[in-house]
Amino acid sequence: MTTTAISAKDYIWEAIAQVMDPEIPVLSVVDLGIITDVQIDDQNAVKVLMTPTFSGCPAIKLMEKQVKEAVEGIGYKQVTVETNFDVTWNSNMISENGREVIKNFGLAPPPKYKDQPDMALLAHTACPYCDSENTTLKTPFGPTLCRSMHYCYDCLQAFEQFKPI
Amino acid sequence: MFNKETLDAVRSLLLFQADDHLIIGHRNSEWTGLGPILEEDIAFSSIAQDKIGHALGLYTILHEQLGEAEPDTLAFMRNETDFTSCHLVELPIGEYDFSLVRHFFFDLAAHIRFEDLATSAFDPVAKLARKVKGEIKYHVFHANTFINQLGHGSEESKARLQSAVNQNFGLALGMFESFEGENLLVQQGIYKGEAAIREIWLGEVQAVLLEAGLKMPDAATTASVLGGRKGFHTEFLQPLLDEMTEVFRVDPAAEW
Repeated sequence: MTTTAISAKDYIWEAIAQVMDPEIPVLSVVDLGIITDVQIDDQNAVKVLMTPTFSGCPAIKLMEKQVKEAVEGIGYKQVTVETNFDVTWNSNMISENGREVIKNFGLAPPPKYKDQPDMALLAHTACPYCDSENTTLKTPFGPTLCRSMHYCYDCLQAFEQFKPI
Repeated sequence: MFNKETLDAVRSLLLFQADDHLIIGHRNSEWTGLGPILEEDIAFSSIAQDKIGHALGLYTILHEQLGEAEPDTLAFMRNETDFTSCHLVELPIGEYDFSLVRHFFFDLAAHIRFEDLATSAFDPVAKLARKVKGEIKYHVFHANTFINQLGHGSEESKARLQSAVNQNFGLALGMFESFEGENLLVQQGIYKGEAAIREIWLGEVQAVLLEAGLKMPDAATTASVLGGRKGFHTEFLQPLLDEMTEVFRVDPAAEW
């Protein structure tokens, strides 16, 4: 592999990182962890592989389109974007930067877990506004597939969490 | 890698599950705007979206790996007798006690099935199952929590739950209707088979009901409501399909 090929791929990743999750518009699809591979062949045809956060994610087609446009936007003429389940997405794949962005957005970021998320964790999710753990789970579901709904007894605000999955 | 008889059996399994998930997803979505409390309205709406996502994943495998039509065609253009959903998922939403108990029965079974399929020798379904089983865990958590809370609630909540459990147990057993070629799936490590899934399900249902202070009916003396897998349905499926497919059928070639 030549130096030119490595920096071309970085350039493509950077372009993809401008694409935001439509439901959390400050969080890039790269920080979200759903871009699983970027391939360039010697004809400069680019293939981007993605995996869904949730199998019912309504934004997949939109994100595929936006990722394709982002890569075409930096000059690549032959771009395909494919979504598959070859890599199973889980919330541990959100980058550290992504977790910070999520919290600043007003959502509690998903706690990291070993093996499987523990439902008991949901009962005392830290409030993204005041950091208190004196909170309660209202429902494990929310306005989007990735969110659960909570209430903080300290700052008396309802908040949502990007749930561990 | 697998012979034609085996793939036919895989096709059956995936179609049964896809149809079950599409139909129960539609039923769950009928609570949108009608939930007894806001959080439950949101819960059923979110679960509906997941279920339809799971159906899509299964229809996609049927299309890409097993020669079936595109997912939209399978979902919106087939006739009532082509559907293989079990009777449990077809029933109207009724009152909340029925829907909650159906949610409890169905999602527990789905969780057990997808846990098993996550290690299937049929790779496309294993990959889907590894994703889906984590999502279903939240559905099961929700159902079990409510069964437990309402089981320890008022006299009315206990009576309603027990009644719903008793009346719908035979329908629930119908989820495990056996089918031709199952033994091929079991032999080749593709699927545990309906009987094995049913056994695990009975154990888990028993555990949750016990903790909720409720009784599980005797499976040995309850008649399973069968026929759905062979295309024989309740009178409720056709009206559901009429409503669910109405918009798509206005212009099947439309770009959405």
